[in-house]
Amino acid sequence: MSATAPADPQVVYDDAITKKFTVATIFWAIAAMSIGAWLAFELAYWPANLGVPELTFGRLRPVHTNGVIFAFTGNFVFAGIYYSLQRLLKVRMWSDFLSNFHFWGWQGLLTAAVITLPLGMTQGKEYAETIWPIDIAIAVFFLAFAGNFAMTIVNRKVKHLYVAIWFYISFVITIPVLHVVNNLVIPANLWRSYPVYSGMTDALVQWWYGHNAVGFLLTTPILGLMYYFLPRAANRPVYSYRLSIVHFWALVFLYIWAGPHHLLYSALPDWAQTVGMVFSIMLLAPSWGGMLNGLLTLRGAWDKVRTDPILKFMAVAVSFYGMSTFEGPMMSIRAVSALSHYTNWVVGHVHSGALGWVGMMGFGVLYWLVPRLWNRDLWSWGLADAHFWMSTIGVVLYTVSMWGAGLTEGLMWRAIDADGQLQYPVFVDIVAQMAPFYWTRLIGGLIYVTGVYIMAFNVAMTVFSMPEKSETPQPAPAK
Amino acid sequence: MAEHWHRRLLEGNSGLFAALTTVAISIGGLVEIVPMFTVGNGHEADMPAPYTPLEVAGRDIYVREGCYTCHSQMVRPFRDETLRYGEWSHAAEYSWDRPFQLGSRRIGPDLHRIGGKYPDSWHYEHMKDPRSTSPGSIMPPYDWLLTDKISPADVRQSLVALRVVGTPYTDEEVDQTEASLKAQAQPIVDRMASTGIVAEWDDEIIAMTAYLQRLGTDRPKGNVAAGGEE
Repeated sequence: MSATAPADPQVVYDDAITKKFTVATIFWAIAAMSIGAWLAFELAYWPANLGVPELTFGRLRPVHTNGVIFAFTGNFVFAGIYYSLQRLLKVRMWSDFLSNFHFWGWQGLLTAAVITLPLGMTQGKEYAETIWPIDIAIAVFFLAFAGNFAMTIVNRKVKHLYVAIWFYISFVITIPVLHVVNNLVIPANLWRSYPVYSGMTDALVQWWYGHNAVGFLLTTPILGLMYYFLPRAANRPVYSYRLSIVHFWALVFLYIWAGPHHLLYSALPDWAQTVGMVFSIMLLAPSWGGMLNGLLTLRGAWDKVRTDPILKFMAVAVSFYGMSTFEGPMMSIRAVSALSHYTNWVVGHVHSGALGWVGMMGFGVLYWLVPRLWNRDLWSWGLADAHFWMSTIGVVLYTVSMWGAGLTEGLMWRAIDADGQLQYPVFVDIVAQMAPFYWTRLIGGLIYVTGVYIMAFNVAMTVFSMPEKSETPQPAPAK
Repeated sequence: MAEHWHRRLLEGNSGLFAALTTVAISIGGLVEIVPMFTVGNGHEADMPAPYTPLEVAGRDIYVREGCYTCHSQMVRPFRDETLRYGEWSHAAEYSWDRPFQLGSRRIGPDLHRIGGKYPDSWHYEHMKDPRSTSPGSIMPPYDWLLTDKISPADVRQSLVALRVVGTPYTDEEVDQTEASLKAQAQPIVDRMASTGIVAEWDDEIIAMTAYLQRLGTDRPKGNVAAGGEE
């Protein structure tokens, strides 16, 4: 390993690959979140299912969930890693071919998922719905990325791995493990298959996978990106190196145990439920370690947080991370789960993480990356600021309405009258109470996704109409 | 100040760092999942009979339509849930469920005890127009189930694959898929006909009805105390 070699001033980073993933991130954000808004509309107004099998809630929801996880978040994480890894290691990605193989393969398999899922080709396990040929593609293209990632680390010109890279490593190692184990199936034909696990074993494997997709795709790589981009945007050093060590190892060790909190009071063996609950509660500590390290990195930069949309996005994102990772452990307590499970509260919780934490961190990073990648000033910082406020208002409306909805239905389901009978025995009577919450959620979601449209417009105007900055060598102005 | 041990030992050694990360993320999964292969699915004596070919076809439709995105199949051991749905769910009842369909949301009601709750014709009417049987429902109509057909060759493929993963279908059962489908479908068609519904044995709605009527009728009789409430 050439760890002691001096950094080569001639190293040229591959930013073309970051640009591609950046554009893909924005494209899939629009697609996945617009579909989410349509699904919210379907719940508020059932005729919006349109009588078309491919557009019914049951078939379209997996397009939304997989789209947000693997398309929006996936592309965002890849863009951020390709950009930061090269700079942290002072070396170009090991193989341009693998980078592009990864990019086009990933977009291809996402496209295949968008086509097959509405056709009812599904494995019927949440966030693992894609059929087995697509699952093989996910493994192949992710491993291409992983190999490129590993070889870039091997070839690095900087000896010590910065904290962001620790989190990337946990992502690169864990995702293939989760994906392969949960998707072990025997095909019946090209689009139908049956898992090798059955019943409660399948349920546990699924939620071990499902919760750690949250842990190692929606959390650890985003934390890594926070450790790279937030100190740069704030121009402040990371608050505590020791805290980053403690919370990293605690987080990756504890997260993997938390899956059974999705199966409390189910037919899962009691001991597994209890272990899942206990580890979920412990997870609060390293989660807040990350939140505090992020927020305290902003010490001395709070004046900039008031004015810089990038820092606003990041500060609110980290705050939502703290909020979600407090709410999650609380919901993992059996007595709370008894009320919250199966209700809209869970949907609100997921979205405070996905829209609040992942989404807003993603937008902050995008507004930081785009001017640098294309070497242009952003077309409009005012619109970026408007996007920030729309995101914040949208996610608050979403989360609060789902709290209201979840508490309402949870309490109505369990209400027992003086005679010991159900107070609301007719289920649809409770469904009817959801309407105002569903409409409010739709409005919140629409505000949020409109912000994304504005971002896309702003980025397009930046790329196509802003002049390139003059510092970089330019070809003769012949065109 | 001396170099921190973490920086000295780990941050310069990417191989060791990756190895330790792998260990850290493996322990929890191994501890929780491995025991499930011996005890997780309940007592063997309580295992119900495997799904029939028609129920397999119906279950495939249930999965295809994403019913689990709105309906759970897990009655929890609470007074309100046993009053509303019936006896709580037992592990053994899920023995042949591939994939499991416990669900994570109750946009509509739990379905684990739906079997036998309504006549076959109710399911036909409900899929055709959910509001005809459940006024105020927000479920979309699934009227294509009334006209789309199941394919015996398709169901046979499913049985073969399910046998590979461990459902004990015999050669005869696999070979006689079509006969078995017809034999179970015809009484459902006949019962529906008695209420004026015209359906054919290979309509998807018949398979779906067979699956839904089977759901939750396999309460274990041996090791678990029976009874609708605690």
